[in-house]
Amino acid sequence: MPDSVIFGMEVFLNGLMAGVLYALVALGFVLIYKASGIFNYAQGVLALFAALTLVGIMEGQVPFGHLINAVFGTNLHHFGWEVPALLAIALTALVMVGLAWVVNRLVFHHLVGQDPIILFMATIGLAYFLEGFGDVTWGADIRKLDVGLPQGLNPWIDEVTYNLFGYGFFIDNLDLVATVVAAILVVALVAFAQYSKHGRAMRAVADDHQAALSVGISLNFIWVMVWSLAGFVALVAGIMWGTKMGVQFSLSLIALKALPVLMLGGFTSIPGAIVGGLIIGVGEKMFEFAIGPLVGGATENWFAYMLALVFLVFRPQGLFGEKIIERV
Amino acid sequence: MKQTLKIAAIAALMATGPALADLTIPDTSYRTGPYAPNGIPFSDGYQDYFTLLNERDGGIGGERINLVECETAYNTEKGVECYEATKSAGNGALLYQPLSTGIAYQLIPKATADGIPLHTMGYGRTSAKNGSVFEWVFNYPANYWDAASHAITHILEQNGGDISGKKITLLYHNSAYGKEPIRTLEELGRKHGYELTTVPVDHPGQEQKSQWLQIRRDRPDYVIMWGWGAMNQVAVQEAVNIRFPMENFIGNWYSGAESDVRGAGAGATGYKTVTFHSLGRDYPLYDEIQRYVVDAGKAAGAGDQLGTVLYNRGLYAAMLAAEAIRTAQEIHGVSAINAAQLRDGMENLEMTEARMAALGLPNFGPEFKVTCENHGGNGYGAIAQWDAAADEFRLITDYFQSDQEIVSSLIAEDSAAYAAENGITPRC
Repeated sequence: MPDSVIFGMEVFLNGLMAGVLYALVALGFVLIYKASGIFNYAQGVLALFAALTLVGIMEGQVPFGHLINAVFGTNLHHFGWEVPALLAIALTALVMVGLAWVVNRLVFHHLVGQDPIILFMATIGLAYFLEGFGDVTWGADIRKLDVGLPQGLNPWIDEVTYNLFGYGFFIDNLDLVATVVAAILVVALVAFAQYSKHGRAMRAVADDHQAALSVGISLNFIWVMVWSLAGFVALVAGIMWGTKMGVQFSLSLIALKALPVLMLGGFTSIPGAIVGGLIIGVGEKMFEFAIGPLVGGATENWFAYMLALVFLVFRPQGLFGEKIIERV
Repeated sequence: MKQTLKIAAIAALMATGPALADLTIPDTSYRTGPYAPNGIPFSDGYQDYFTLLNERDGGIGGERINLVECETAYNTEKGVECYEATKSAGNGALLYQPLSTGIAYQLIPKATADGIPLHTMGYGRTSAKNGSVFEWVFNYPANYWDAASHAITHILEQNGGDISGKKITLLYHNSAYGKEPIRTLEELGRKHGYELTTVPVDHPGQEQKSQWLQIRRDRPDYVIMWGWGAMNQVAVQEAVNIRFPMENFIGNWYSGAESDVRGAGAGATGYKTVTFHSLGRDYPLYDEIQRYVVDAGKAAGAGDQLGTVLYNRGLYAAMLAAEAIRTAQEIHGVSAINAAQLRDGMENLEMTEARMAALGLPNFGPEFKVTCENHGGNGYGAIAQWDAAADEFRLITDYFQSDQEIVSSLIAEDSAAYAAENGITPRC
């Protein structure tokens, strides 16, 4: 088999894995859009905030330490204990639920019935506020996140592919874990949306706020629930990306990787986020592999958007999105 | 009532504003945003040095330093806004050191027109080393092209002086900054016979799987990195993931901070970086900083960055600025110098080992003398290596000079082109 084909197969597999990581971010967008029609600009910052909170809790960091020290002249940085990863994840999830409640109580509760553009603008404000709030709460240092996830070359795949092709494929253990986690998340979220009472209520709210209210569905509860779910998905994405690149403020920019996934998969489909992620991941990696060297490389960012645009031309609602038909 | 309000406003301004004779130095820092982990230690070091001079010596030559901080978030537009907002502060800004190539490029024409010197220490426009063209811009003690040459010289030494046929990959931030070393590395490749491959990484560089799969396939002997921010941490982690030999992975001096390598854990041990100043806090000056700044509760930021690579760089930048101010005061016989006089001080600055030792920073940086023709020093740098167990970079070479034959000719060519484009007649 020619080397280029073998290398191409390795790139293809890595594209799938990268796509899963993009999809993890896209899922948070889908959940909130599905339930409220809000395009949540703050989803990337939610992932950052979740990861910052997780590391802060794990390291026993004093929240607002810099502020407290500046105001009171103290020298507080750490409580002196470390929290096990699982407990810290659970506590962070609780913080994200609390954040969801506060965000709805203080912001979206007052914006029910407003145009989508108003809600979108509110999420832009929320994103910038949360980024600054995260900075004040936990500081701006780059922190290593280690919740015990394996990282680096998977020796089994390396050996098997070496025996088959004479070239060992590189597959990152972290990407394999992300794939399993994403699969579980998608199955759980789809099951929740389709078969649970609250899931059906969530879909009803998405269809029509007023109609849902008229049949006794609590809009506040559903929105808090959905923002909590999105916060949890952001936590999962934050763990994966934070393990990969360290917890730092650039982490919020992973949202840029999710946008073409949403355009392609549709804003309202959970499986669409996964399929969109896989297509974008494979597409950008294969393009970079095949065409990148001819045009100087660094094609991935723009190619992902171009691919999404091509799909949009033929299916404006995305591959799995709901077709919007408005009758006069 | 109006009169009372006016008097109160003037009194408030006088109470909060700087004394008019203060030496005003803006600190265009970035403590927020994705690049804050780099901006914070640099700014802390920069501010702490001036605080030390104010607290210990009452300033420089009897004039206190009035440091005006302005947040740029490493954003070029905000950097320019900061420049415009601070250039008239106090008696007028004396000097800008923006720690951003993007901001530096925007400020070169503005600062030149306004007559305010710009010191882009190891960044910015490399050919600004030619002082006869760039009257108001300085980039001593070394520049990007020196750094590229330092990396190659180190590789040459590792290979007994012969690297013909070796494969070297440049992994670079896909920006004007990242592309800076390409021409130099190409010229050095022609001279030494190595094969250069360039691999760009788009901003911010959080996903580099394609690039590292390519490196794994190509199996280069060495990888040189020109990164900044998240790109560095991801690259080091990916290098560890593909089991690239870390001692053959060399970053430039903006890819060599503790935060760039800590995340990759023990696997990052052996990673190398080029530097133009020394590392750690084992210097007499640090005792003074501890006493007059930290213990006095006057440290910048959280006071937790002392001794880090970028804190030392900020400290060094401030020290060079302070020495230029001293030189300007001596030349002009006045303590309250202006920006034009500081430019003269910078153009006559001479850093000797004896002077650095007297300042409490022995062997902290290379010796150099600035002249009208040479605003960039003599191109000396050193190599440092990361030791994860000790959690520190250590110098593994003495300071050595870059390939002046290549670097000087490139600088002459680029500065001549700039002079022609802008109608500048070389002045010396």
